[in-house]
Amino acid sequence: MAEFIAYLIAGIATGAIYALAAIGFTLVWQTSQTINFAQGEFVMLPAVLVLLAIKLLGAPIWLGALIGIAAFILIFGVGFKLTVVDPMIKHGVLPLAIATMALSIIMKESAKDGFSAEAQNFPSFVPSQTIQVFGASISLQHLAIIAVAFAVIGALQWFVGGTRLGRQMQATAQNPTVARILGIPVERMVLLTFVINAALAVVASVLISPIYLAKFSNGEVIGLFAFIAAIVGGFNQVRGALVGGLIVGIVDSMAAAYISTQYRLAVPLVLLVVVILLKPEGLMGRKEERRV
Amino acid sequence: MAGAVILWFAPVGMGRYGTYVLSLWLVMSVAVMGLNLTLGYAGLKSLAQAAFMGLGAYATAILTTKYGVSWYAAFALSGLLTFAVGLVLGFPALRVKAHYLAFVTLAFSTLIWLVMRNEQWLTGGVFGVANINRPEFFGIKLFGALEFHRFVVVVTFLLAVLLWWMIRSPWGRAFTALRENPIRAASLGVDTRTYTLLAFAIGSAYAGFAGALYAPLVEFIDPSPFSLSQSFFLLLMVVAGGSGYLLGPFIGALLGVVLPEWLRFAGSLYLIIFATIVMLLLIACPQGVSGLLERGWAKLSGKAGAR
Repeated sequence: MAEFIAYLIAGIATGAIYALAAIGFTLVWQTSQTINFAQGEFVMLPAVLVLLAIKLLGAPIWLGALIGIAAFILIFGVGFKLTVVDPMIKHGVLPLAIATMALSIIMKESAKDGFSAEAQNFPSFVPSQTIQVFGASISLQHLAIIAVAFAVIGALQWFVGGTRLGRQMQATAQNPTVARILGIPVERMVLLTFVINAALAVVASVLISPIYLAKFSNGEVIGLFAFIAAIVGGFNQVRGALVGGLIVGIVDSMAAAYISTQYRLAVPLVLLVVVILLKPEGLMGRKEERRV
Repeated sequence: MAGAVILWFAPVGMGRYGTYVLSLWLVMSVAVMGLNLTLGYAGLKSLAQAAFMGLGAYATAILTTKYGVSWYAAFALSGLLTFAVGLVLGFPALRVKAHYLAFVTLAFSTLIWLVMRNEQWLTGGVFGVANINRPEFFGIKLFGALEFHRFVVVVTFLLAVLLWWMIRSPWGRAFTALRENPIRAASLGVDTRTYTLLAFAIGSAYAGFAGALYAPLVEFIDPSPFSLSQSFFLLLMVVAGGSGYLLGPFIGALLGVVLPEWLRFAGSLYLIIFATIVMLLLIACPQGVSGLLERGWAKLSGKAGAR
C-alpha cells in the first residue's frame, strides 16, 4: 500500500508535466489546426537554454533562468508562429506538420551539438528530500511539481474562462470566422496561444529537469506522452488534456512498477490505440463532425 | 531506364565505400518511394516507415540466417508481412479519421522498436543480427560490393516500374483523386477508405522490400536505424524530393543519404542543415526539389515557345 501511494504520487507528478505539454499542444491545435510534432522538444529545450545562459554569461541561477526562459518564449512562441506557422499554413496542414518535424530535428540536434550530448544536472528549487505519508516515502520534488503544475493549470483555466482576453481566445479557438466578425483580433489571439504554449513548456521543463536531468533526447518521450495524453483526454478540450496527462502519467508509473520496466513505454501506447478505437474523440472530448 | 544503366556502371572505380553509399541510396529510395505513395499520392502521414523497414530487415535477416530460407522467399515474405501489418494498422486508424493514422503509426513505431530492443531471443536485442548473407543470382554469388550494387539496381528498377505502373493504372488515378479532394472522390464513387488503406499497405510493403534489401547490404542490423526519428527523417526526404512526383523519392534520398557524405565537414551539423533546407523548401516551394525543377523547366520551355 505504501509503495502504491509512492508510485501514485510519482505518476501524478509526471502526469502533470505531460498535461502541461498536452494543454499547449491542444491550444495550438485548436487555434491554428497545427499538429506540433516538436512539442516534446519544446519541453526539452528551455532547460538547456537556462543552463547555457548560466554557463555563457556566468550569471547567477535566477538571472540565467530568466534569460533562458525569456529567450525561449520569444523564439519559440512568437518566432515559431511568425516564421514557421504563418508562411506555411496557407499550403495546408500537411506541410506544416512536416515542418514541425523538421523543427524538432533542428531543436534536438542543436541542443546536442551546441550544448552537450550528455545529461546535465539542473538546479532544483526544492531540496531532494522525502517525507513520510502513511508509511510511504514521498519526494518533496514530486509534491512541488504537482503543486506548481496545478497552480499554473488553474491560473490558465481562470484566464481562459474568467477574463475577457481569455474568452476572446476561446472564441477564436472555437470558430475563427465568427470571432473575426465579432471584432476579436483573431491574429493576436492565435499569437497569444503560441506564447502560452511556449510558457507552459517552460514551466514543464523547469519542473522536470531537476529529476530527469537536462538532455537533448528528453523530448522524444515527453512529446510522445503529451500526444497520447492529448488524444486520450480529448483533442479539443483543455480539461481533456489535463485528465489525459494524469492518466498517462499514472499508467506509466504503475506499468514501470508492476508490469515491466522494459515495456513501460508500451502500456500507454496500447492505451492510446484502445481509446482511438473505442472513443476516438477522447474520454472528455466532444464529437467534431466536419465533412465538407 | 537510362538512369538504371548509368547506375549499373556508376560505381566502377568508386571503391567499396562509394559503392556502398550508392546502394544505400537506392535502398532508401525504395522506402521513400513507398512513403511517397502513402503521403504524396494518398495524403497520409505515416510515422512508421522506418519501423516497417525494420520489420522487413529483421524478417529477412532472421529467416535467412536462422532458418536458411532463400533471400528471394524472405524478400517476398517481408513484403507480404509489412503489407498485412499495414492493413491491420491502417484499418482501425483510418476508420476513425485521417490524422489519427499519424498517431497510431507513431505508437506502432515505438512498439516495434521496443520489441527489436527487448526480445533478445528473436532479434538479438541491442546486439542485433550479424552475418546476414547476400543472395545468389542464378548461381552467381553476390558477395562483392559491386555485384550486390548491380543486384540492388535491378531490384530497385523493377520496384520503381511496378509503382509507376500502379500509379498510371485506374487504381493510381483513384489515389491521386484522393489526394486532391477526398470528398469529391467519394462522391464520384471512389471507395475512399479501401483505396486509402491500400495505398498505406502498399507503401508499407515497399518499406518491407527496402528492409529486405537493407539487411544483406549492411550484413548486420540492430534497432537504431529503425527508430521513430528515422521515420521522421524519411518523411523529410519525401518532402524534400517532392511528394507526389515519381522521381521525388530518388532526389529526396539523394539529399538525405548521399549528400551527407559530401558534406562530411559539417559532421553532425548535417542533420540541422538538412532539416533547415526542408523547412525553407516547404516555405518557398511545397512541391520540393522536383516541383522546383518542374517550375524551372516550365519557365525555360515557356520562354522558348514564346520566341
